[in-house]
Amino acid sequence: MATISERPGGRLSGGILPSWAPYGVFAGSCALSAAVLAATGVFTIALMLVFGVVVACLAIYAWSRVVEGPRRALDRTVTMAIAAAFALAMIPLISLLYEVVKRGLPGLDWEFLTTDARGKIGGGGAAQALVGTLVITGVAVVISVPIGIMAAIYLTEYGTGRLRRALTFFVDVMTGIPSIVAGLFAYALFEIFLGPGIRLGVMGSLALSVLMIPIVIRSAEEVLKIVPNHLREAAFALGTPKWRTITKVVLPTAFAGLVTGVMIATARIIGETAPLLVTTGVVDTINTNPFEGRMQNLAVYAYNEYRSPGVMKQASYDRAWAAALVLIAIVMILNVLARFVYRRYKTEIR
Amino acid sequence: MFGASDTKRAEAESAAEGKAVASGSTGTTAPATTGSEGAVARRIEAREVNLYYGGFHAVENVTMTIEPNKVTALIGSSGCGKTTFLRSLNRMHELTPGASVKGEITLDGEDVYAAGVDPVRVRRMIGMVFQQPNPFPTMSIYDNVAAGLNLNASKVKKAQKDQIVERSLRGANLWEEVKDRLHKPGSGLSGGQQQRLCIARAIAVEPEVLLMDEPCSALDPVATLAVEDLIAELKSHYTIAIVTHNMQQAARASDMTAFFNLEESGKPGRLVEIGQTETIFTNPTQKATEDYVSGRFG
Repeated sequence: MATISERPGGRLSGGILPSWAPYGVFAGSCALSAAVLAATGVFTIALMLVFGVVVACLAIYAWSRVVEGPRRALDRTVTMAIAAAFALAMIPLISLLYEVVKRGLPGLDWEFLTTDARGKIGGGGAAQALVGTLVITGVAVVISVPIGIMAAIYLTEYGTGRLRRALTFFVDVMTGIPSIVAGLFAYALFEIFLGPGIRLGVMGSLALSVLMIPIVIRSAEEVLKIVPNHLREAAFALGTPKWRTITKVVLPTAFAGLVTGVMIATARIIGETAPLLVTTGVVDTINTNPFEGRMQNLAVYAYNEYRSPGVMKQASYDRAWAAALVLIAIVMILNVLARFVYRRYKTEIR
Repeated sequence: MFGASDTKRAEAESAAEGKAVASGSTGTTAPATTGSEGAVARRIEAREVNLYYGGFHAVENVTMTIEPNKVTALIGSSGCGKTTFLRSLNRMHELTPGASVKGEITLDGEDVYAAGVDPVRVRRMIGMVFQQPNPFPTMSIYDNVAAGLNLNASKVKKAQKDQIVERSLRGANLWEEVKDRLHKPGSGLSGGQQQRLCIARAIAVEPEVLLMDEPCSALDPVATLAVEDLIAELKSHYTIAIVTHNMQQAARASDMTAFFNLEESGKPGRLVEIGQTETIFTNPTQKATEDYVSGRFG
């Protein structure tokens, strides 16, 4: 038997590496790679890490195989490779956050958040963009959430056969729609009624809804699916009509998941640029009415400051980065909020 | 004797003579209950019931009567259609996509499947307790018991609701254990308490028949005993049908026993025989029944 060979003398305890082994091996490998690279004159940190990981994988395998046997050796090697892959995946995210914070902070001050840019040549704040972002996104959420959740209820509770399959298919297609197409759709729709060149906040909201609805449907559908069927049956067995079973049992049970899904979907669309460029336009003053006049938002603001800086180029760039920083902060707050809501309100489902 | 397989039917009748409930007494009124709840136990009759899941024939030609104020146990091996049959009685079977029913099921002579019968009304009269305790996780103990009232939007005054909740919890032998924490979540109770909570929830809407699908299979022996005692008390007010895999339970808790079997897997399940529990366990007419109740079943 293969397993027997792994048992040294039939004893339970065998050789085991010290707990610092993976870290020690990795550090040693990096040092070794650094030395070799320095000697050949091509030293960079990135190269050192790449070679360090490869050498560490080999070294831990060899060491563990001698001390612990082949099964643990393979386990340790794969663990190290997975940790390296995870670190690799985190690098862009951390680098991005670092850059945005570094470049965004200089332009970010109280004035930036509270004043608009009206009549200020090469200066002013981004309050109009902040307000616009919140209003446009808020209206988009108001449009998308009822449609999305009701569609998800249809898919999980009512839909059967071809209509359900067709709906699922189109939701999938909608998920893949390029965002500029959503913007052009909203523009084309409003142009029919209000003439060419029209720019309104609500047009942007509509474009964002086109992007948001499929995300809401998908997440709500997944959440409703995991509401156990025995709860529905328990309600039916009490003589409860279907719609009441859904509103009083299914939706409350799935509440935390639904809210989380909506928040993630909101975070996903709040930074959209392209569809808003063609629907809401650019404006210097605060406009809180989505049904009248142009509206600015943070993503378009950042794009605009970067594309056409004024006389003081650096100040414009600073403002663009600051807008990006504010946007990322909003997205992060939404995500943290989503996690909080989920932990606080989740229903224990067995 | 009802619905015993055709060839053996005559034998079954002679063997179970005087013990099985007389056939042909269709539509007779149920004995008046002693209960003050206003719930009246009713008789359920199934005539040549065939049940299908899509193209799969799950239950074939079941004809039997579930007597009022008696506990009728449905026993048989897994997959022989006991639960499917039970679920067809209050029209839960049709909730499975593709499921269909042929035959006639009557509640005191009224066809449950007639056109124009609202399944919601049927389920209000025929309550059900499930295998796994399934209290609503978002609701407190109190709200779980009152769920039937709340979900059906019946306008019940608070005081009356309190009364119903207390009576139902007392009826389910749970009141003393939970009276100090009525507004805590129902999911915090132990498995046995949860199952009694589900029974309280089922009897709070005052059904006339109570169907129980292996109500004790997830419970320990002590909790099982509590539920069995409860069943014995409940039968004075209700008609009870209970599916069980536990032979001792069927012997202890039921008055009538129906044995279901399937000849081989893939074939539909059938009712082999039904009779007084004592008869089924000590002197069954069918070889298959004897093998099953004595544990010799393959």
